[in-house]
Amino acid sequence: MTLVVDGLAARRGGRAIFADLSFAVDAGDALIVTGPNGVGKSTLLRICAGLLPPFEGHVTRPDRVALMAEAAALDPDRTLAQALAFWSKVDGADDPDGRVEDALADVDLAQLARVPVRMLSTGQRRRAAMARVVASGAELWLLDEPANGLDAAAVARLEVLVERHVERGGSAVVATHLPLHLPATQRLVLEGGA
Amino acid sequence: MIALILRDIRRGYAGGGATLVVIFFLLTATLFPFAIGPDPALLARVGGGVVWAAALLAALLPVERLVAPDLEAGVLDQIAVRGRSMAAVAAAKIAAHWIAFAPPLMLAAVVAAALLDLSAETLERVEIGLAIGTPGLAALAVATAALTASFRGAGALAGLVMLPLAVPLLIFGAGALDGGEGAFKLLGAVSLLLVAGAPFVAGAAMRTAME
Repeated sequence: MTLVVDGLAARRGGRAIFADLSFAVDAGDALIVTGPNGVGKSTLLRICAGLLPPFEGHVTRPDRVALMAEAAALDPDRTLAQALAFWSKVDGADDPDGRVEDALADVDLAQLARVPVRMLSTGQRRRAAMARVVASGAELWLLDEPANGLDAAAVARLEVLVERHVERGGSAVVATHLPLHLPATQRLVLEGGA
Repeated sequence: MIALILRDIRRGYAGGGATLVVIFFLLTATLFPFAIGPDPALLARVGGGVVWAAALLAALLPVERLVAPDLEAGVLDQIAVRGRSMAAVAAAKIAAHWIAFAPPLMLAAVVAAALLDLSAETLERVEIGLAIGTPGLAALAVATAALTASFRGAGALAGLVMLPLAVPLLIFGAGALDGGEGAFKLLGAVSLLLVAGAPFVAGAAMRTAME
């Protein structure tokens, strides 16, 4: 059992956004979370990542978690490869530069490795953030709207990457409002108006 | 953590950050002769204190860039996801900030001493005092940066938070100029206290800011 969420309730600004949410994501599982804007998809992911304390309930997560959030968290003045290598070093990877190279090839950004992050477009930054997730080698991927700003080819590549991760025994939770063709074994629809 | 320290040191020196601190420090130090008159005897007497006051003001300058950009860019989120404690992150930031800020400041103090016509003996005491006091200043700067990171226009607020807390450093740093050996010890004590306490304060503040 990789990620277990039990009786989870969350509040934001004193307002309950969802309550009594329970699910489990095993190794080799993917969960797709859908629902309208503001329903708490990002909040759910941040709680799963351990960035927010749950208002009620428990979350059990694996040791190594990768989060793709809205913010890129890449130093704009560094080259793409350097910015990603920093995170790979924080992850404690043996060969940070090699990992980053592989991950950049996976998201088809290898030719931009030496370009400063500030020169990248929105979609390219999203792909760079995806490369960080790939390079992390984490068991659990938490992807918050990973397809935002991506073109059709990049969306297809994203789907392949998630599928590969799941096939290798990883697990993923993907929050999205776009239709993604993922090998999801579970779906969770968050309803508004709670 | 080493990677984080190296990154923050690089960010400290990049974009003219350290240069700006040095120039601001020297500018502040040169303001005093204009304000109180160019009498060499008077300047030599107040010069050491002027250097300390200028150092304190210069330490305020980079506060806005220490934590707020990392909070906004999601860097703190990504570090937290990797299971690192925010107190450790704050400690790394203090170490990095000290390395990026203290050596240029101490070099600039030599220039300031020349501008203010300080004796070699006073300069030596200023430099020893700065070496002991700047870790405390760096710790205070990171704690202030963390506390004010989630506010807009945190610069002015940072000054209000940081300067009163830095007063003990100023008192003992400037007090040591007159030859009181005890002042160095008290300066060291204040500096150690700040270095020991600031990571936890800054860590808790960063955690709260992320929620």
